[in-house]
Amino acid sequence: MAISAQKQTKSFSHRHLLSTEKLTVPEIDFLLDLADKNADSPPQAEKKRQVLRGRTHINLFFESSTRTQASFELAAKRLGADVMNMNVATSSVSKGETLVDTAITLNAMRPDIIVVRHHSAGAVELLSQKVDCSVINAGDGAHQHPTQALLDALTIRRAKGRISGLTVAICGDILHSRVARSNVDVLNTMGARVRLIAPSTLLPAKPERLGVEVFTDMWKGIEGADVVMMLRLQRERMESSYVPSVREYFHFFGLDHEKLARAKPDALVMHPGPMNRGVEIASTIADDPRSVIREQVEMGVAVRMAVLEALAMNLPKPETIKS
Amino acid sequence: MSGATPMSPSSVTAPRKPSGPTAFINARLVDPETNRDEPGGLFVKDGVIADLGASLRRNAPEGATVVDCKGRMLCPGLVDAQVFTGEPGYEHRETLKTASHSAAAGGVTTMIVMPDTDPVIDQVSLVDFIQRRARDNAIVHIHTMAAVTKGLKGEEMTEIGLLKRAGAVAFSNGKTSVANTRVMKNALLYGRDFGALIVHHTEDPYLAGSGAMNSGEVATRLGLPGISKVAEIIMIERDVRLVEMTGGRYHAATISCPESLAIIRQAKARGLAVTCGVSINHLTLNENDIGSYRTFLKVRPPLRKEDDRAAMVNAVANGEIDTIVSSHDPQDADVKRRPFAEAADGAAGLETLLAAALRLYHSGDVALPTLLRPLTVNPAKLFGLPGGRLQKGAPADLILVDLDEPWVVNKDLLRSRSKNSPFDEAKMQGRVLRTLVDGETVFEYAPGR
Repeated sequence: MAISAQKQTKSFSHRHLLSTEKLTVPEIDFLLDLADKNADSPPQAEKKRQVLRGRTHINLFFESSTRTQASFELAAKRLGADVMNMNVATSSVSKGETLVDTAITLNAMRPDIIVVRHHSAGAVELLSQKVDCSVINAGDGAHQHPTQALLDALTIRRAKGRISGLTVAICGDILHSRVARSNVDVLNTMGARVRLIAPSTLLPAKPERLGVEVFTDMWKGIEGADVVMMLRLQRERMESSYVPSVREYFHFFGLDHEKLARAKPDALVMHPGPMNRGVEIASTIADDPRSVIREQVEMGVAVRMAVLEALAMNLPKPETIKS
Repeated sequence: MSGATPMSPSSVTAPRKPSGPTAFINARLVDPETNRDEPGGLFVKDGVIADLGASLRRNAPEGATVVDCKGRMLCPGLVDAQVFTGEPGYEHRETLKTASHSAAAGGVTTMIVMPDTDPVIDQVSLVDFIQRRARDNAIVHIHTMAAVTKGLKGEEMTEIGLLKRAGAVAFSNGKTSVANTRVMKNALLYGRDFGALIVHHTEDPYLAGSGAMNSGEVATRLGLPGISKVAEIIMIERDVRLVEMTGGRYHAATISCPESLAIIRQAKARGLAVTCGVSINHLTLNENDIGSYRTFLKVRPPLRKEDDRAAMVNAVANGEIDTIVSSHDPQDADVKRRPFAEAADGAAGLETLLAAALRLYHSGDVALPTLLRPLTVNPAKLFGLPGGRLQKGAPADLILVDLDEPWVVNKDLLRSRSKNSPFDEAKMQGRVLRTLVDGETVFEYAPGR
């Protein structure tokens, strides 16, 4: 599979995947095509297991995660890698080690790929400068979450057959969202029309500079959308006075049938998870046929396999591969 | 928001039996919105102004009850944008009902009540409570502001969107300022999405400290801790910066010195949605009136120097003051009959609002329509209310006023449940003879009372 991918004119020649900002259309197409094939082949397919055989894959998650970490672990294992999950809570990090020292220590163990999630924007890039292996950003603060945007793009492309020309409304806590930022990059690059919907208190400064349309009125923002992407609202936002209450937030910015009726009849409903039912999305909509939230999780593994495969092509050849 | 269409605040007045058509003839019609000041007549039918003008001066439509105004002023009823009552929580001080009777006697046909109650008006159900109590018990229109922060604590903002839909006409932190700049920023920013007006008491609480009156010579001589006007100036300066940053709508509830006015003036010149009000107390009284520790003159912001008062009057004359409010704040003897620094703030003022304001007219400082504008049409527009105008089709919220009738305030005759009037024993010139709400007479002056 990896060999056939190399034959394509499209390619991916980066050592790391830190951001979606500079990804080009051929690069994204390449990753999505690869992921598409992964999604269609049975997970038990044995030949895939050669791609990362003998490679060491470290999941370094400074923030707790269920789906992203599990998804990367599964993807790496299906490609035959040796996977190590660093438990930050019980590691030297909790003893006060700096991020750079952690990077240097891990590098000494000569891993091939490190997947990092960190609560500070820019932390993953900092770490990538201190190691010799490939680094994948699995979320850094409110900055980037590239694999999420790619799996969202794949989900949309598989459901709609295209991304270009679609109107995608991203609604919720844009201010704190790395998912939104990565999605804006990928969707804009692929030619979608992106709208951001949020109360002004949950919008960053100058959002329109990202090349999007901005709405503070969800009824207007969702009008005619092909895709409605809901973001998680953390309950801490209530205490910090970004929004007054769950009740008010759901009333004005929660996805219910009344608001969804303004989107196109065949609009996709997406959510990166974990969902707060009754806060940003009505329970019945989460389970509606228009919802592709489960497909997103499924595409997560396929996309992460594709990213790992693409990066593996650029790794130095291992001297010996034990069979 | 389209799905959250702000409802125009519904009229919340006790249902009255409909009265027949009434013609007011031989009146001096004064409409502050159009600058009309001419002899004429006005015809009221079905609770609204059906017709008005010079041609109706002597001609009453057939079948109408005729009221001869004998040349006296007929003008829109006052819209008082800052009234504190004690309902719910302190009904022994004032209820919506007693306040409405006091209002009617003072020529106030619409009052906006403040959220400083117990419980605080910070939830939809409490806005509804005020509306229902007003509908069932009050004889003038009552609208409510809602708290901008939960419990008026200045920490978390309230459900501004839902409260506005429920009919809250504005959002206020009552008698306190939101000290946390970030919370205030978020309230202005979030409120902007809903077109919400934030009305703010402007006093830096840390700088004001435990001050009891205006800082200066009088405070020094009386040995009372002072409140510098800088506490007000800083807060307004801060707020205006936040309005500029957020694009919110902002009204400084009661300013008291020319420095504050200068900030507001500049903000308006920069095109910001900034307005300001002043209380009748700060237009007619100064710190010297405190005399020997008269606690009925203990108010917030504190009464300032005569220069400040004169500057505020001048601002009214220039049309720079958007609203004049009574800041009616009923307090009982228990909390007023105390040493000055320990006494409660607040002065009753609904019933004396118009008479006290007319002092500025009689002194020649302010022309009549100019004086009435911030008492009627300006607050009506600012808060999105229908009254405050002499206009065909407008609600017949009217007052008939004898501009010259002299009288002496006797606090024991005031209708408010609390008697803490700073104007007790003051000589007034000008009196409300009749007050109409939706065409219905809710007050008529009976000599001897």
